Amino acid sequence: MEANTSQSPTLARSTDLTIRDQMQDALTGHGADFVEIRLEESDSSRIQYRAREIEEIGRTSGRGGSVRAAVKGGWGFVSFNDTDDLKSRVKLAVEQARAVGGEKTTLAETEPQVANVPPVLMNDPANVSLSDKKDRMDHYNDLIWSTPGIQSSTVIYGDNRRRVHYVNSEGAAVDQEFVHVICYISAVAREGGDVQQAGFSIGSLGDFSLIDGLDDEVRAVGKRAVDLLKAPGIEGGDRTVILDPVLAGVFAHEAFGHLSEADHVYESDQLKEIMVLGRKFGQPHLNIIDGGAIPSLRGSMEYDDEGTPTKRTDLIRDGVLVGRLHSRETAAKMGEAPSGNARAISFNHPPIVRMTNTIIEPGDASLEDLLEGVDDGVYVRNWYGGMTEMEMFTFSSGEAYRIRNGRIEEMVRPVKLSGNVFKTLHQIDGIGNDLGMNQGGGCGKAGQSPLPVSNGSPHIRIQNCLVSGA
Amino acid sequence: MADLLQNAKDAGFEQAEVYRITSQSQPIRFEANRLKEATRRDTSGAALRVIQDGRLGLSATTDPAAEGELPGRVKELTPFGAEASFELPGPGDYPQVQIYDEAIESLTFDAMVQTGQTLIDAVRKDWPDLNCSASVSRGVHRQSLVNTAGLNVSFPQTSYSVGFGGELVRGDDMLSVWEGFGASLMFTDTDWMIESLIQQLERARNTADTPTGQVPVIFTPRGVSAALLRPLLGGFNGKSVMTGSSPIGDRLGEKVIDERISIFDDPTIDGAIGSRPFDDEGIPSRRMALIDHGVASNFLYDLQTAGRMNATSTGAAGRGLSTLPGPGTSVLDVAPGDTPYEDLFLGIKEGILVERLLGAGQGNEMGGDFKANVSLGYKIENGKIVGRIKDTMISGNVYDALSKLEAVSDKAEWVYGSLRTPAIRCLGVEVAAAG
Repeated sequence: MEANTSQSPTLARSTDLTIRDQMQDALTGHGADFVEIRLEESDSSRIQYRAREIEEIGRTSGRGGSVRAAVKGGWGFVSFNDTDDLKSRVKLAVEQARAVGGEKTTLAETEPQVANVPPVLMNDPANVSLSDKKDRMDHYNDLIWSTPGIQSSTVIYGDNRRRVHYVNSEGAAVDQEFVHVICYISAVAREGGDVQQAGFSIGSLGDFSLIDGLDDEVRAVGKRAVDLLKAPGIEGGDRTVILDPVLAGVFAHEAFGHLSEADHVYESDQLKEIMVLGRKFGQPHLNIIDGGAIPSLRGSMEYDDEGTPTKRTDLIRDGVLVGRLHSRETAAKMGEAPSGNARAISFNHPPIVRMTNTIIEPGDASLEDLLEGVDDGVYVRNWYGGMTEMEMFTFSSGEAYRIRNGRIEEMVRPVKLSGNVFKTLHQIDGIGNDLGMNQGGGCGKAGQSPLPVSNGSPHIRIQNCLVSGA
Repeated sequence: MADLLQNAKDAGFEQAEVYRITSQSQPIRFEANRLKEATRRDTSGAALRVIQDGRLGLSATTDPAAEGELPGRVKELTPFGAEASFELPGPGDYPQVQIYDEAIESLTFDAMVQTGQTLIDAVRKDWPDLNCSASVSRGVHRQSLVNTAGLNVSFPQTSYSVGFGGELVRGDDMLSVWEGFGASLMFTDTDWMIESLIQQLERARNTADTPTGQVPVIFTPRGVSAALLRPLLGGFNGKSVMTGSSPIGDRLGEKVIDERISIFDDPTIDGAIGSRPFDDEGIPSRRMALIDHGVASNFLYDLQTAGRMNATSTGAAGRGLSTLPGPGTSVLDVAPGDTPYEDLFLGIKEGILVERLLGAGQGNEMGGDFKANVSLGYKIENGKIVGRIKDTMISGNVYDALSKLEAVSDKAEWVYGSLRTPAIRCLGVEVAAAG
């Protein structure tokens, strides 16, 4: 996943009934094993500063739809901005599916849902004027520049309203609306060819107050960028590391989340064997969950993009693999229950298996407990991003500090960390009691990025974690 | 379709520009060795950019019915916008660039299926355990620009891409291999992709212990693309230069890396992905050296950053539909050196060959630093590749590594159709590995 550097879509209110009727009407006589239609309206605002000045302030609206059809196990998918002639789009998607299919369509049974879900709104950004939003961002940019030695800054505010109408040929009809708010703030300091950067990325589901009260954090970003110029590097190699809740959340997403997505596994007998339920991946204190039903986070929703109700899925319980994330197709093919994890970033893409809110559950240790006995280690905080490929993964810290004799000492240049799913989870030997959520990022997979997700964890300690030089 | 420019003029804007795109793409996707999905995406939209009272405003939509609202929205936004440091350009002298091929538009579904299935079947003949996926895609993209300075230009561009790969699982040891190419003109030779995939599989048959510390590193063309070019060229972007956050922003005309390296930005190469007769603001395309024999020669500017720097646009503007244009690279062309590829390995007692990286770019690259996991790389021992390295990270600074250059191969190869580069051997890269 990657920290927010961009984002956004809003909505014209349509008359729901008419839209739903039109969509259902377009499904009549489709001739496929399964068809679904998605129509979407979106509206987004964005304010962006570069250095002392505003760089961009913009508003974008979008409208479009897609049809996905299955015939004999083959899928056809068409997407479009012009939503007038839905019937012909259905026909085209079915033709495409027919040209592909040669086996059998297998989808897990679900009760067709009919629902109209309003957005989760704590504090609606739509109620705040653009000039008010800009004033607040002006203030934060000024704060960064109050630190002597700043060379440049980036401040981004974005909000996005997205309304999705969904129907399928089994009778499901689900309307959902989502409001997301994001904010990204960073500072740059430079000395000759040495350019250092510090920042943070936050987000919320429907809560504009996200951007309240960030003064201390923003000041700290400016100071950190300047201090980094004097911070020493560090040699790469295996080290004891302690991750703060934000970076540990990213770790959960990369280290295990992606490999628990069943679309990596369901068509490979070898992977099914390796990722077999009941296999031990960590010590008994390790518990990892994912779920769209966990409320009020950026990956929260009542129904996924196949209209399946979301839930909360145990992935690792007491160190043992006990569950995975599914679409209806992967669930059926693996003989497991759908988990409500089929998600599409927008109407332009078919739903695929994705994470929602991925969390390492807290244990008993305080940060002091975790630090105790660490004679030489690295305390890593905050994040730039993370990636997974098969069993290997990386996660990139935004801040790093030396640990000596159980104490967090001087700041060093941020390191990148690397792990292997079959080794690294076993090497977690301490789990804190201080769960924190990271809501500032988006996940990318199969060209769909950034998908709103959250992840969280308490502080965790990993022995012998591969750390890059810095 | 509304005459959006006329509406903007009627709304009284001093300067206005309408950017419009229509594109269609048709990818097919193979999963688990057989065809799985056929897709067709139709995308269209319009963006209105204006300069009013010296400030910039932009609003965009993909909803044809909402186009009429754009002038009103822009009027609301512009008083808050950035100060404009340029005027919209009139018509220019555009080069001829071949980026449209009727053969792509008329390509049949069956032909695309055959291309993908042939690749998968060919590699699985020798490697039956390989779980293959592939995608074959064709598309056509049309974009037009009209503005109040009299510009009225458009071009169509086709694209065709073929990519395929596979996953090999041996117990808890997994290997992912991939090859692909894209172009705006039709190509039919894909046999080399099979050879490349088999070569990757064979080289990775054995695993080897990673040599750690500062060892010689050979970056293949793909490795150059993954590790070095982004952190290097970030400093040439007009935005970094403008804000003083480029490490070489004040060193134009100075030697910044080894003199054996020259890098051009060239949107005029026929058939490349990223080629175009003019940039996304209507400035004519041209081949331009960014680094000429190690010397920083030109920065990438769009109209706005050029205006701020008292320079002229270099035709580097790129844009999405909903954002203001910004400077960026188009097609990168790194000049070949004089060492035959095989000779790059000569005299390496212990070193590594880097092909693909994981997590590159997620970190502070502004000063030229790179750090990544080597997702596909090999150990070199006594001048020979002896096996795949895993759980390995590299880190370094691109200005430092390319100053400690040892050799540049004598052939530049296309990487995915948008970049051409030789392989590069250098020192100054720290290699770390899990114990």
